[in-house]
Amino acid sequence: MDYITWRSFYTVLVFVLFIGVVWWAYSKGQKKNFDDAANSIFDDEQPSSKTNDSTKQESKNNE
Amino acid sequence: MSQTNPLQIEYNLKVVRQFAIATVIWGIIGMAVGVLIAAQLVWPELNFETPWLTYSRLRPLHTNAVIFAFGTSALMGTSFYVVQKTCKTALFSNKLASFVFWGWQAVILAAVITLPLGITSSKEYAELEWPIDILIALVWVAYIIVFFGTLVKRTTSHIYVANWFYGGFIVTIAVLHIVNSMAVPVSFTKSYSLYAGATDAMVQWWYGHNAVGFLLTAGFLGMMYYFVPKQAERPVYSYRLSVVHFWALISLYIWAGPHHLHYTALPDWTQSLGMVMSIILFVPSWGGMINGIMTLSGAWHKLRTDPILRFLIVSLSFYGMSTFEGPMMSIKSVNALSHYTDWTVGHVHSGALGWVAMITIGAMYYLIPRLWSQTQMHNVRWINIHFWLHTIGVVLYIVALWISGVMQGLMWRAVNATDGTLTYSFIESVSESYPFWIIRVIGGVFIVAGMILMAVNVYRTIRAGKPTVEYVNAPVAENNPAPATATQSA
Repeated sequence: MDYITWRSFYTVLVFVLFIGVVWWAYSKGQKKNFDDAANSIFDDEQPSSKTNDSTKQESKNNE
Repeated sequence: MSQTNPLQIEYNLKVVRQFAIATVIWGIIGMAVGVLIAAQLVWPELNFETPWLTYSRLRPLHTNAVIFAFGTSALMGTSFYVVQKTCKTALFSNKLASFVFWGWQAVILAAVITLPLGITSSKEYAELEWPIDILIALVWVAYIIVFFGTLVKRTTSHIYVANWFYGGFIVTIAVLHIVNSMAVPVSFTKSYSLYAGATDAMVQWWYGHNAVGFLLTAGFLGMMYYFVPKQAERPVYSYRLSVVHFWALISLYIWAGPHHLHYTALPDWTQSLGMVMSIILFVPSWGGMINGIMTLSGAWHKLRTDPILRFLIVSLSFYGMSTFEGPMMSIKSVNALSHYTDWTVGHVHSGALGWVAMITIGAMYYLIPRLWSQTQMHNVRWINIHFWLHTIGVVLYIVALWISGVMQGLMWRAVNATDGTLTYSFIESVSESYPFWIIRVIGGVFIVAGMILMAVNVYRTIRAGKPTVEYVNAPVAENNPAPATATQSA
């Protein structure tokens, strides 16, 4: 395959892949996964306030 | 969820603390050097007749200090924090992470020494000579190992989007740095580029613009995708959009470099390609900007009371502004007016001071109390004062340079209708620019004043607190997918 043909093929390939990414990102099946992922950064917040006291001794052992 | 679980791993927050402090210190130094050289343009005597303090040598020191010392320290620190928190595991290697910190500080120190001495490869944003380039490459490989090693040993199934942006930034900068720094050394302090002529220029701006696209954009977008939702206390507006945002941004940015070389020896088709790709780039840029700002949708009232959120959201507004301005300036006919004028300098600073610095400052105000087991900064009102000092400074700066830039462009292209000679000499455009350069100095002073206020605030916060020690439970069984974390001070 010469250079020009390869570049043309590559351009079409990247375009198709990108459409695939958009289709995948907006497919119904992924909605829950993405919602979970978006909320995953808050996982560390709920337990910390409750467990703070109980961890005090524990962490001293580890220092 | 048992807290007596023996398999608790301690997060490496030490390296994050080190980078956070480095960010604040280098921020002040880099921006102060910027104010000095801005003042030198108005009062040239400020070089004190010393070669080491001339504009030509301090200008690369300023750019290196703000991009690689301030900006990259912030990126390294926040990426190490975010990757641990979102992967719910400790860093891949504490020793390598420590090497990344000290190695990077050594690079910066070498820059601070060599650039004023006039030791330079004279490639813009890549001025450092080859021995320092090799050190950069080594540190960066260590950075890749620590970051991606942490991703590999994550205990979560999904890789949070912020890590994708950080990862894209880290990999691309390695490639850019190595390709652009290819040089033939002739002595320990001097080397010549491996590339010649227009190829050298293209490689340089392929590097230069992608340093903007991946270091100053993708990296800080990673910061945005973690710290904006965290500070707003709500998930990002659209996670799906963030996935499309990532792939669109990284596949388009790589092409935009030629717009720095309009009307040069670069082949015409390459210039036009660079222009078209730069214009298309507007779409993913604004997609990401809207995604960040709309995270606040339904909670706009928080902007009224939370100065940290104000920093983060206004940074996104500046990002939107400069990513609109950039594609416009890449259009060849607009570029014919704007290129080589102050307009370009103003554009860069609306991105660097508006977007990069403000998102960094916001992230630091979020991070620093949490790293020293405090609930908030020593003085929240000072954050608000800093916000206004910074905003006023940036607006003064970019408005002044818009006006002087357009004025310079118009003066340079004006010709006398009768004989086709130039209407103005170059020096006339310089003397007309003085008032605007004075305004720029004033804007810079506002910004540095804000940074010094930040440093005092950070110092007081650190003095009042103790280094945070934070653990994450290692997953012992498959039915415990969400490990609990515990915070506690040492």
